Amino acid sequence: MLDLRKYNSVGEALRDALETWPTEVCLIESDRGEEKQRLTYRNFKDRAIPLAKSLQDLGIVPGDRVAIIMTNQSKWLISAYAIFFCGATLVPLDFKLKPEEQWQLLKHSAAKVLITEYGIWRQLSIPPARAAANLKTVLATEAPENADMAGAERWEERKGVNAPAFVPQKRHDVACIVYSSGTGGTPKGCMMTHENYLEQCMALTSLYPFWPGVRYLSILPTNHAIDFMVGFFGPFTCGAAVVHLRTLRPEYVREAFPKYEITYVSLVPLVLKNLQKGLQARFDALPESKRKAFDALRNINRLLTKDRPRPWLSRKLLGEVHASFGGKLEAIIVGGAFTEPRTLQFFYDLGIPVANGYGLTEAGTAVTVNDLKPFRADTVGKPLPGMAVQIRNADSDGIGEVTVGSKTVMAGYLNEPALTAETVVDGWLRTGDMGRFDSTGHLQLFGRKKNMIVTEEGKNVYAEDVEQAFEGLQVKEFCVFAANFIWSQRSMLNEKLLLVIHLEPGQVFSSELESEISTRNARLTNYKRVHGLVIYQEDFPLTASLKIKRSELAQRLSALDREQSILPI
Amino acid sequence: MRTIEQTTQEILELATKQFKVPAGSLTAEDDFYKKLGIDSLQALEMLSRLENHFRIELPDYEVQGVSDFKTLAQRIQARL
Repeated sequence: MLDLRKYNSVGEALRDALETWPTEVCLIESDRGEEKQRLTYRNFKDRAIPLAKSLQDLGIVPGDRVAIIMTNQSKWLISAYAIFFCGATLVPLDFKLKPEEQWQLLKHSAAKVLITEYGIWRQLSIPPARAAANLKTVLATEAPENADMAGAERWEERKGVNAPAFVPQKRHDVACIVYSSGTGGTPKGCMMTHENYLEQCMALTSLYPFWPGVRYLSILPTNHAIDFMVGFFGPFTCGAAVVHLRTLRPEYVREAFPKYEITYVSLVPLVLKNLQKGLQARFDALPESKRKAFDALRNINRLLTKDRPRPWLSRKLLGEVHASFGGKLEAIIVGGAFTEPRTLQFFYDLGIPVANGYGLTEAGTAVTVNDLKPFRADTVGKPLPGMAVQIRNADSDGIGEVTVGSKTVMAGYLNEPALTAETVVDGWLRTGDMGRFDSTGHLQLFGRKKNMIVTEEGKNVYAEDVEQAFEGLQVKEFCVFAANFIWSQRSMLNEKLLLVIHLEPGQVFSSELESEISTRNARLTNYKRVHGLVIYQEDFPLTASLKIKRSELAQRLSALDREQSILPI
Repeated sequence: MRTIEQTTQEILELATKQFKVPAGSLTAEDDFYKKLGIDSLQALEMLSRLENHFRIELPDYEVQGVSDFKTLAQRIQARL
């Protein structure tokens, strides 16, 4: 692996990586079971350099922002490297957002160039919101021959001549603006510096190393901080390879494991749980005698791996299970949201360690990771090297707010100095998550202080952002809360959003109102929908400027009985 | 060539079979996540079956954000 201490920027480290392993494979792209492309580090460089020159020809200079909206594929990473090469700031956006949300973030980030796929551009180029964004150029990949480009240029044809000059950056310059969440209210654009990425990469690879020959299967979207690190920067600085599937369907994902002998994969808890369900169904379907033998082997494996994982032994004992994963899988990395301990234990018992941890974009992704020495399903692991983690304002049980001090903590939220000042205090990131350390230094989590939920798919949803969908609702007042924000649960599970309404005097809760609420709810993207309704009988506490005092209202609501007050929507 | 009504009907029938819900209980306007209580992975499995049935390929980006049968039918119809 490259010695990242000697680099000042992501671009500089990547540039050296391309020179260090010219003949190693860095990218494999497959679609519907068919391999479409295989690139070495040299091929990667040959594709990125003309694009970098072309960006420079477009006038992109350090400090300019270039956005990417793409599915996981080779051109995502090639474009990102070209952006870093020019010293520009990358704005990776979620391709799953709705066009109007993407335009909002394009505008907020003031991106000058957008690099996207033709299919996405076709949907994106329709709404009129474009006029408000600052975009000068759109580059679209893979447009069919006679396609209507709607003002975009073909990515494949943007090739500058002559060699571009590499533009150096300093460690504290902003490398990326990553939107951790929030498109309804305040977009939270985390300004991540080059140092953030270099330090995070060193910390992570010290526990979970990559090397030439490693095959990482990239499933989480690359705009997500986890995939950007373990599906791009991490493997590239170690000479490893990344496998992209253009069609992410369960059958193709299953097929990819043995076909490409995958070493690592990152998943969100929801997908991991589905994998568990699928495997369990297979075990349950075994004939009685076979199942008994299998259970016995699994018990032996559990005993023999109590202190540490022994992959070769587990592969011998439970060969069939491991073969379906390709037989080379070192660990499944799970992140984005809280994972149930019994799911973690299920995989560990099969000899497949799950590297679970805790992190957030603002902290440069991972803060703690399970080091598997020994495996503990009931915690989120120990702080990574270089991470100082403190529990502030602890109660009598030792539970308080998790705060993080590290070189991986973001520079702040773009254009939001007040929010930044609230979130990063004296260099310490206040996470809003409640936790405590056990006697062995493992972090345990006990819910959130923030009025938000994180779905099992790893989506952060802020209650305030959901309120827009109910603007103008025929009630006196309303407010959206995370149920655990009202009734603190000391748990990271079963997170729900609730709509709290207060009716006008004399107004009754009619079936029209009920159906209006459910129609508006259905218009929200599925993971943003509220799960229940609370009808509150009193006036909401308001500030002098007539804003709802959320914390005080939550405090008052907490006097109600949780189970009885929540009506289904 | 199927009409959009026929396409919709075939989608509803396939979903009814796949998720074992009572015949006639699904309508075009239904949100399939809510009505069938399925997650995004199960929805992807449904898409694969629909692709096989209609002998088409639906790129992932075409079905991003689609959660009701009616819109799904329109996307499929456009590829027939």
